[in-house]
Amino acid sequence: MSLGHPLPHDSGRLHVTGEARYVDDIPTPANCLHLAFGLSDVARGVITHADLSKVRQSPGVVDVLTAIDLPHANDVSPSVHDEPMLAQGEVFYHGQPIFLVVATSHLAARKAARKAKITIDPRPAILTIDEAMEADSRFEGGPVIWARGDAADAIQSAPHTLTGSFEMGGQEHFYLEGQAALAIPQEAGDMLVHSSTQHPTEIQHKVAEALGVPMHGIRVETRRMGGGFGGKESQGNALAVACAVAARRTGRPCKMRYDRDDDMVITGKRHDFRISYRAGVDGDGRLLGLEVTQLARCGWSQDLSLPVADRAMLHADNAYHLPAVRIESHRLKTNTASATAFRGFGGPQGVLGIERILDHVAAARGLDPVQVRRVNFYRDGQTTHYGQTIEGFHVPAMTDALLDRADYAARRAKVDAFNADHPILKKGLAYSPVKFGISFTLTHLNQAGALVHVYADGSIRMNHGGTEMGQGLFQKVAQVAARCFGVPVEAVRITATDTAKVPNTSATAASSGSDLNGMAVQAACLTIRERIAEHIAELWGCAAGDITFEENKLCGPEGQTLGFAKAAASAYEARVSLSATGFYKTPDINWDRMKGQGRPFLYFAHGVALTEVVIDALTGENRILRTDILHDAGSSLNPALDIGQVEGGYVQGAGWLTTEELVWDGKGQLRTHAPSTYKIPACSDRPRIFNVDLWDQPNQEDTIFRSKAVGEPPLMLGISAWLALADAVSACGDGYHALNAPATAEEILNAIERVRAG
Amino acid sequence: MDIAFLLNGESVTLRDVDPTRTTLDWLRDTRGLTGTKEGCNEGDCGACTIMVADAHGAKAVNACILFLGQLNGKSLTTVEGLAQGDQLHPIQEAMVERHGSQCGFCTPGITMSLTAAHLNGDQNHDDVLAGNLCRCTGYAPIIRAADDATHEAVPKGFDPCAGTMPDTADEKDPTRPETLDELAHALMTSPHSTLIAGATDVGLWATKALRDLNPVIFLNGVKDLKDIHIRDDKIRIGAGVTLENLRGAIAPHYPHFAEMLRRFASIQVRNVATVGGNIANGSPIGDTPPALIALGATLHLRRGSETRAIPLEDFFIDYGKQDRRPGEFVEAISFDRQPDRLRVYKLSKRFDQDISAVLGAFNIAVNDGTVEDARIAFGGMAGIPKRASHVEAALIGKSWSEATIRAVLPMFEKDFTPMSDMRASASYRMETARNLLLRYWHEDQGLTASVLEVQP
Repeated sequence: MSLGHPLPHDSGRLHVTGEARYVDDIPTPANCLHLAFGLSDVARGVITHADLSKVRQSPGVVDVLTAIDLPHANDVSPSVHDEPMLAQGEVFYHGQPIFLVVATSHLAARKAARKAKITIDPRPAILTIDEAMEADSRFEGGPVIWARGDAADAIQSAPHTLTGSFEMGGQEHFYLEGQAALAIPQEAGDMLVHSSTQHPTEIQHKVAEALGVPMHGIRVETRRMGGGFGGKESQGNALAVACAVAARRTGRPCKMRYDRDDDMVITGKRHDFRISYRAGVDGDGRLLGLEVTQLARCGWSQDLSLPVADRAMLHADNAYHLPAVRIESHRLKTNTASATAFRGFGGPQGVLGIERILDHVAAARGLDPVQVRRVNFYRDGQTTHYGQTIEGFHVPAMTDALLDRADYAARRAKVDAFNADHPILKKGLAYSPVKFGISFTLTHLNQAGALVHVYADGSIRMNHGGTEMGQGLFQKVAQVAARCFGVPVEAVRITATDTAKVPNTSATAASSGSDLNGMAVQAACLTIRERIAEHIAELWGCAAGDITFEENKLCGPEGQTLGFAKAAASAYEARVSLSATGFYKTPDINWDRMKGQGRPFLYFAHGVALTEVVIDALTGENRILRTDILHDAGSSLNPALDIGQVEGGYVQGAGWLTTEELVWDGKGQLRTHAPSTYKIPACSDRPRIFNVDLWDQPNQEDTIFRSKAVGEPPLMLGISAWLALADAVSACGDGYHALNAPATAEEILNAIERVRAG
Repeated sequence: MDIAFLLNGESVTLRDVDPTRTTLDWLRDTRGLTGTKEGCNEGDCGACTIMVADAHGAKAVNACILFLGQLNGKSLTTVEGLAQGDQLHPIQEAMVERHGSQCGFCTPGITMSLTAAHLNGDQNHDDVLAGNLCRCTGYAPIIRAADDATHEAVPKGFDPCAGTMPDTADEKDPTRPETLDELAHALMTSPHSTLIAGATDVGLWATKALRDLNPVIFLNGVKDLKDIHIRDDKIRIGAGVTLENLRGAIAPHYPHFAEMLRRFASIQVRNVATVGGNIANGSPIGDTPPALIALGATLHLRRGSETRAIPLEDFFIDYGKQDRRPGEFVEAISFDRQPDRLRVYKLSKRFDQDISAVLGAFNIAVNDGTVEDARIAFGGMAGIPKRASHVEAALIGKSWSEATIRAVLPMFEKDFTPMSDMRASASYRMETARNLLLRYWHEDQGLTASVLEVQP
């Protein structure tokens, strides 16, 4: 009934009335305490003296903790236990938490945190990619290298070769709701934690370690986040642990939320990369051999950097067949905030790399950039550089459809005519595709659980391990549940993610939310449905399999009907269990990350975009004039929510590559730590004309109702905006633009100088 | 301070409260109205947008940098006050139907901005929402919702001023003067008071620098500061005129000044921020001083009963240092009416709601093909808003031609030594400053030179 329909977000009405509760909105007992971290103002050094007396004397302060006050684990790392919550004698980045203030108000805690006198003996800090390479400062012993064929040989024997290198900046998540947690002590030493997190089980795990209790003593609840984008996969650990530790010490509820500036300074961002390349091509621009080096700045701790860098390597091909390729990946350790997950998880950096390479090939060989891409497209049956077979590859057909409906050829001519006419303003037009692998590359994470109850009045309560950060996961999964029972979606009550209901969950990440949790909920629903059907079949004297659940009722083979609510009541009275768990694990995937071989992804999601821009050659100012997108969401569970992901992902991707510039100074201090200095797209930055359609083809894999994941892939469609800016720059002269990202107005002006220099 | 106002139609009287507490903190922590969100605590994201109404109308304002002391006699509407019973406001309805919310955290602020605009008949959605950041939707569905709602009437009974205002006519409070004389007296009595008009800058001293602002004097009750006099020979603008009111008043006379003001911060900020504040805070990147300097503006200052008038550019002595004595305040700005040759160019990393990297104001009078007069001033190029005196001198008396322009470009190096920061490098600032003079020339020749004018 509701499946496939564009139903509004389940919390839409709560959002617009202000009723939707986020962590900081949860009413707290009057004795609730508030926390703030005191931060390092040195990028690297040894703490020689910490005078916290003024902090302790500050009005409202109840307690001040340093590393030695932590009773158990001092670690908030999601990976290799290398991230103390509070610095232990040494600091490794500017903004690292050193001490924790517990006070009677948020403001009192913030004020007190600034009153410390901490002496740090500075040590040489490694801040940049170059400094890290020079010092051989890295995670893992050396670079990770994957290869297929002999790339060097293929390049050598290719008719044409080219080399290049460019930089791409990181990206601040700028979730509108900052990081937040609230811990409320329970009886028998248990702790209830409300956390704005994509990963409640991880919060539970880290809090349990910090309190020295088994995981069963910790319950984590997450109703919703005000945005996540990967920034709440691991970065909420510190706040939740701090709250739990302080709550245990004081016996009082403790809440912590970062002020925005603290949030931007303390937490990790998207990894910035430098990508250099050497390519050998034929006369049509076909890649015969390719060497790519990816240098990733990972920050001071490992966090999720290894799988991020892996995914960048996995997406170094994007939509293109690379017959002979060598990819070298350096995971560099620097004295900056630890870079973390961000929508795409390394994929965008890999994709931007190959798109830049093909742009360069087209420019160097004087070929049409779309045609260069076409000759390099995968064909079904080919394998990727890591050995996965390409199946159901929609990009070529989607490209034809997009360029046709967006009137590409005629508009290309109009853009060229405009540029010939105008001395100052130049237009650009560019196409880019995306092919994005769906599944966690750490195979064991590809599992999910659900818990579904049907009450005796026919109402349904649904729970699963996925978290809601705005993407509409809860509504999509509710639509799945409603479909299973043949009831309206209003009959399904959506509840907060709760580690006491569904255990051992994976982060809601890797675009996997609907795929995994939709299947788990479906499994639970089908279990209950089968029990109800068996019970009713007995009454009706028919086979359970002959009973259908549709339009809020059960129908038998001989015209019998019974309302769903009555069927539920009848089952209850017959002592049939109306509660079930569901479980799902993604089939058919395997991955050896050391060898770089296997089938890491169940399938690929696809998209294509065409963007038109205009730039001002006097100032570098620019606008996105028009964007056309076709995106593959399989058989969409909810086209409105999916289009919302595509529109939002595109604008976020375009923001990454245009105005969103992170600037650190020579001392490792982030200078862009508030929206006054870090500029995410504003309303007028969206494309003037913005046409988004879904490519409505069922997933060839057996996913939940043949839909496809849609969270991350559309972000990479924003690359077309960056390529369009580069195209406009190219209209200013004959040289190659060598555009870096983000393409701020200043970078565009610099690139114009490069093309004019020839 | 005692403060009385209306909140969603209900009378509120606060006794003896800290007037520098923010409205957002009070709403959320004291009143338990958590629909209004804190996103940045500095007036940049708009998640805390509420509607503040008085006899002059209803306006969207950022609650995070709105002090309780500014609320006296006002009517506040928060997101909780929009629906009438179960009946959503048309903006709320459209936001749900058009999928205008995803994570929902920016949504209360977006809803409030759109509701204020809907009430005021403002359909320039991009401008209305320039100060409301959304990280999820890419804005497209929000604009669809806003478009839909323009066809709906303001609901009957939706009146942001409804309710019985509590009596505010208690004894005079010197921290809340109502006339220029009262202000002059209050400031002479307490010359080190923090003057607070819109609090869009001073607010951050409290929320980010965590400073205690007391003693304070609130300026928003001083009616004489809000006058705009447009005479045949002169325009005089009171220091307390908001930037949004200035924009409206100046648009018929100097449309490019008004166009720059359209991009000055956001409407939430312009609704309360004042011309006097933008001048008196002495920022090298305030956007009104260069435009006003290019118009040859005079600054009117007052201390006690003593007044003086100085060229605006002389007010800015050095970075962080202005020609304002203890007890003195900015009363007004004035300039002579003149043919409109003014163009104001604002360069920033993001088009809307961003602090300028460079702001160039050009006022070049040409007679018979010769440059008769030139007043050129820049923000972002020095520690103060500063004139390009060498460039001006090199232009005056020359023929108005591209050759002349190109010949004078090296003069910029004599006028400015800009610095590099997170907004732009010194070299970008210098190059674009020069290029903006070229843009002025091209536009004067009738050429389209702004990307904002290009259609797909």
